[in-house]
Amino acid sequence: MTRADPAVTASSLGKRYGDVVALDDVTFDVRVGELFGLIGPDGAGKTSLFRLLTTVQLPDAGSARVLGLDVVKDYRAIRSRIGYMPGRFSLYPDLSVEENLRFFASVFGTTIEAGERLIAPIYSQIAPFADRRAGALSGGMKQKLALCCALVHLPELLLLDEPTTGVDAVSRREFWDLLETLRADGLTIVASTPYMDEAMRCERVALIQHGRILDIADPRTIGARFDRPLLALRSAERLRLLRALRALPDAHSVFPFGDAVHYADARADRDGSTVAAGLQRVLAEQGIRDVQVTPIEPGIEDVFMELMQRAPAATA
Amino acid sequence: MRTLRFLLRKEYLQIFRDRIMVAQLLLLPAIQLALLANAATFEIKSARLVVVDEDRSATSRGLVDRMRAGGRFELVKSTTSAERADDAMMRRQAGVILRIPREFERDLVRTHTAPVQLILNAEDGAAAGVTLSYAQRIVAEYASELAATLRLSTLGGEGPVAGQGRLDVRARGWYNPNLDYRFYMVPGILVQLVTMVGTLLTALNIVREKELGTLEQLNVTPVTRGQFIAAKLIPLWSLGLVALTIGMLVARFAFHVPMRGSVLLVFGTASVYLLAALGVGLLVSTMVSTQQQAMFVTFFIVLVYLLMSGLFTPVRSMPIWAQWIAQANPVMHFIEIMRAVMLRGAGLREIARSLAILSAIAVGVFSLSVRQYAKRAA
Repeated sequence: MTRADPAVTASSLGKRYGDVVALDDVTFDVRVGELFGLIGPDGAGKTSLFRLLTTVQLPDAGSARVLGLDVVKDYRAIRSRIGYMPGRFSLYPDLSVEENLRFFASVFGTTIEAGERLIAPIYSQIAPFADRRAGALSGGMKQKLALCCALVHLPELLLLDEPTTGVDAVSRREFWDLLETLRADGLTIVASTPYMDEAMRCERVALIQHGRILDIADPRTIGARFDRPLLALRSAERLRLLRALRALPDAHSVFPFGDAVHYADARADRDGSTVAAGLQRVLAEQGIRDVQVTPIEPGIEDVFMELMQRAPAATA
Repeated sequence: MRTLRFLLRKEYLQIFRDRIMVAQLLLLPAIQLALLANAATFEIKSARLVVVDEDRSATSRGLVDRMRAGGRFELVKSTTSAERADDAMMRRQAGVILRIPREFERDLVRTHTAPVQLILNAEDGAAAGVTLSYAQRIVAEYASELAATLRLSTLGGEGPVAGQGRLDVRARGWYNPNLDYRFYMVPGILVQLVTMVGTLLTALNIVREKELGTLEQLNVTPVTRGQFIAAKLIPLWSLGLVALTIGMLVARFAFHVPMRGSVLLVFGTASVYLLAALGVGLLVSTMVSTQQQAMFVTFFIVLVYLLMSGLFTPVRSMPIWAQWIAQANPVMHFIEIMRAVMLRGAGLREIARSLAILSAIAVGVFSLSVRQYAKRAA
């Protein structure tokens, strides 16, 4: 593998469980040193994709190379060179923090001390609890320990399946700070997440739904792909507002979004502020007077919603 | 090899850290032996007797006295009304009715025979059988006594009657002269104990890693399936032998069950048998995904095992098809060997056939389950 080769290459990967299509024609690559995100709702196929990349399951179609090695033929070599953190906290609750770490180091044929370089910044945060049983740690601590266990053998590629699910907001932010530090050290990272704010911290994200990749893009510029006027509307009568907007003939999409409602207009050539003025008038006629309408720049979620709406549902 | 050592260290660490597991391992043998060996007995201590004496003669009273004297029967009621006796049986106040008809003594003197009626509550067939044999013995003894004094020949219905020119049978129970039921039960219970440890703990232990998700984590490490299975089974194999050791000590010193054969032979057989027990546990673990399911499936299998093992009822009295199934049951062979070695003092030559079959089953089950495990998790 030369420096220019991608860390991960997936070509037309397919996987089905009985009648359920988990992955369908998935093609993408991850560059060395990149922080790559997999974004999609539950059941989109993110975990299945990790299972194939970690060589735990075999693809039904297509092929994949991880660190230049084939996931089917070279699975043994791949396993000792990647770090994987499954979605569920999976360490031994009856072993202490240190015992867990030592165990995972030993099955990779290494020691905690040898992994020091990579884990030191993370482990220092949980070191005060080294003797505590892993089962008695808080969610954020457990997650840090799991990350240490996945890093202790100095992998070249880190795969994280929804690492922050079930963790509080502060710990989530801390965790992504850690990932960015690791990436800055040159580690290649692939992480899946259902949270859009986390997606923003990736260099590139792949949007997945029904086992298919809808788009791959830089999350900061992905908004440019949204080619319609988009407006955020706020009103005390949100439900009435939603209904009124959905009934409009020119409505392209209407979604509740935090405390606001995002409205995309079907007339792609119109200017945002013109549409806003029109909406204000129509809504006032219907008796919704307190509404505030602001043209906004589309974010990653708007793009995702748009792509999801366009993509036909997968059928077996 | 190094990896296996690390895996084993972790397994033993987890086992000894699990206080409940350790307590179970130490207490289970003692409690099970104490309960099963003392409570599970076919001996009838005192059957509740109702006497319907319609004759009220010296002879009939003599029979009643002898029934009471043995300590096997407790006279709860004496009445002249058959209906009242039936009623007592229905209300479970009595388990046995002895009815001595009118003219009992007179018939005996005149015709040398006279009937007495014995009615038993046979809901529990085995217990009724035992009670009947006690009663028959008392009646027979009384008959021979009367025969001597009255020169009568027969009293009552069937049953052996001692007397002039009759065969005198002197029975002697070999290997268990006092016919102590516990001696028969304890080796079987030890087998059941080893089975529980080997099968249930194996299934639970592996399924637990599935539940925790650590199995998934381990799959992504260079640990091979072979190493994983070996690291799981070796500690449980040793625990099975530890449980057996404790059980044997309790049997020997608390229940005075003899150990006439070679201890080494018992442990050698147990080592082979454990392969089958562990194999079944491993097989269960491939079929289920939660510990609860593992528990249910294992209990079901072990129950069938035990019922078809000759622990409670002799295999030879089963129908032919069941005997064939029993032949394929490792538990049956192990129990047979345990009883042979402990009670009869059998050596390797005497148990060779059973041991050969047991080994074949053990190796078969074990390799099948290891292969099944490797296939499922691939």
